[in-house]
Amino acid sequence: MPRTIVPIGPYHPLQEEPEFFILTVEGETVVDIDLQIGYNHRGIEKLSERKTYDQVTFVVERVCGICSTSHPFAYTQAVEDLISVEAPPRAKFIRTIIAEGERLHSHLLWLGLAGHFLGYNTIFMWAWKLREEILDVMEILSGNRNNYAMFKVGGVWRDIQAQDIPQVLKKIESIIPTLEKLKKAVIDDPVLHARTKGIGILSKEAAIDYGAVGPTARASGVDRDIRKNCPYGAYDQIDWDMIVTQNGDVFDKVVIRINEMFESIKIIQQCLARLPQGPIDCVIKDIPPGEGIGHIEAPRGECFHYVRSDGTNRPVRHKIRAPTFMNLPTFKETVIGGTISDAAIVLAAIDPCYCCTERMAVRNRKGQTLWTGEDLIRLSQEKTAQIKTQMGQS
Amino acid sequence: MGILDDAFLKSLWVFHLATGSCNNCDIEILDCLTPRHDIERFGMLLTGSIKHADVLLVTGAVNRQCIPRIKRLYEQMPQPRLVVAIGECALSRGVFIHSYNCPLPLDHVIPVDVYIPGCPPRPEAIIAGLVKLIDQRKAQTGQAKV
Amino acid sequence: MKRQELLQTLRERFPDEILGVFEKSPKRVYIQIQPDAIVRLAQYLFKEIRARFNIASGVDGRNQMEILYHFTVEDIDLVISLRVTLPKTKLEIASLTSVFTAAHWIEREIHELLGINFVGHPKLERLLLPEDWPEGVHPLRKDYQEWDPNAIRDRGV
Repeated sequence: MPRTIVPIGPYHPLQEEPEFFILTVEGETVVDIDLQIGYNHRGIEKLSERKTYDQVTFVVERVCGICSTSHPFAYTQAVEDLISVEAPPRAKFIRTIIAEGERLHSHLLWLGLAGHFLGYNTIFMWAWKLREEILDVMEILSGNRNNYAMFKVGGVWRDIQAQDIPQVLKKIESIIPTLEKLKKAVIDDPVLHARTKGIGILSKEAAIDYGAVGPTARASGVDRDIRKNCPYGAYDQIDWDMIVTQNGDVFDKVVIRINEMFESIKIIQQCLARLPQGPIDCVIKDIPPGEGIGHIEAPRGECFHYVRSDGTNRPVRHKIRAPTFMNLPTFKETVIGGTISDAAIVLAAIDPCYCCTERMAVRNRKGQTLWTGEDLIRLSQEKTAQIKTQMGQS
Repeated sequence: MGILDDAFLKSLWVFHLATGSCNNCDIEILDCLTPRHDIERFGMLLTGSIKHADVLLVTGAVNRQCIPRIKRLYEQMPQPRLVVAIGECALSRGVFIHSYNCPLPLDHVIPVDVYIPGCPPRPEAIIAGLVKLIDQRKAQTGQAKV
Repeated sequence: MKRQELLQTLRERFPDEILGVFEKSPKRVYIQIQPDAIVRLAQYLFKEIRARFNIASGVDGRNQMEILYHFTVEDIDLVISLRVTLPKTKLEIASLTSVFTAAHWIEREIHELLGINFVGHPKLERLLLPEDWPEGVHPLRKDYQEWDPNAIRDRGV
């Protein structure tokens, strides 16, 4: 069977980042995938070296707009590890609240986009409508819809006011029934079952081999969650469960994210109820030479920062590893062997959110013939005629 | 005022182009489509193909790999065409001005009609910016404002 | 396996390869090793300790380059960083791609940003930088200079 190449990207509608997938297909089946990244490379690791330690928190917030808490969180953990200080308990609780709020809005965002990729736009509109409520909560707590600018080395910049807490709790409470409804609409939907069950399976061995993190790994039965295994913030003082499923297909990734949202609500409620009194930051005079590592569980998985200092006010080296860096290569496992129509949702399942819509060019593997639009129309007419005769016969 | 201008401004179709942004502006653009902000009431629709688009929404700190692609997409746009730069990165590259991979600001690559500042701009700001764009265009062609 | 047991076993199994162990805090350990032992140590940590490979960070020092391979042992909440120093005259180390797939991308990244050669990597191509980036210019090195005369670095006001 002739092999054809279907490029997806680098620019397609309704996605966040430009990125280029080259799918090789045989008929309907995907036999190979190649990824080209670098459309988003901004050299933040180099930029970090010319900023002071306090400024870097604001730069790393702009690594990713959706994870705008995770990167400062991991970075402050790394610098605190370097100086061997700990944030005061109140700051830890505030950090946890902001991080879980981010997880809520990020998972809703993904759920909406996943619905959109499947052609189920109702979910898209519902999830994003619900997400606005959470952004309101974040606006009450931090003053911003995104890019919360809450984190500083040794604590947080802004306190949570006592008079805001009842309002926030009420809003969080009001989200639960809608979320339940959404959960039923998604998990019990037969169309969704047909489109996502048994699709894009990542086995447990492969997940470990690729070093997959976060919901991508937990859907394959790898029970690793940085919040449980290597507790930071207030996670060791709060009662919550790690969600793990076994099948590794797209459906399980949906289930994990939906259930994690309920856990996040639980964590926020407990944190707000038990918010300790006290200072929100500690005084840091200078940063000694040395190195520090911080890792936290972002909505998409483990976020890892390494900072080295030489005693000046700027880091010598700042390594950032976002969770998608480990999760993206798993496409080689999940997409190959499936059909091209499933590729969009499988590529979206790890939550980098990609879809293939317009902008398709079909090219022969040898690169000799380029199929023009007329050829494609002719092919589709032939196919329709073929189907017609088959239906007439049967 | 011709029928072309009239029809053009009644239903602006937008195409969204991320050129190395941090997703925040892109998410806020998407947010404009959702029930709370609902930008479709101004006749705007996010389209999947540059060849159907009237407005190019550009976000991000134009990185080296994107520069030739932005130019190519701009050439493929049917005329009349408008370009809107959204967010601090697309305006001046923001914190990424000294990045080795972001050599030029957007308006040195393609001409820009409207700048919407913010990091990220709120959906309301994006809508206000687009309405200003329509008004400006209408003033030029002698139509009544929105 | 507890933390002290683990470090003891490592010392016993690799007496010549391990040059020094620095216990920074209860959750962080840095181990300086011989560059040619990296594959064996990584194999041991990944296959037998069941540690997860986080990432590798390349650091450009004054006289030599360093690579830190970070592993997390989640059961005991410990991050082990294997430190390798390479002389600037011979920037070469064995690739870890034979041990786990997770090393593919990060080695490509270090190769292009710092110019370290990974021997045995199946596809040591560019990952992040554009096609027209000049050969031999590595942006994460300390001596990196702006090479593009057309770049504009002021805000125009």
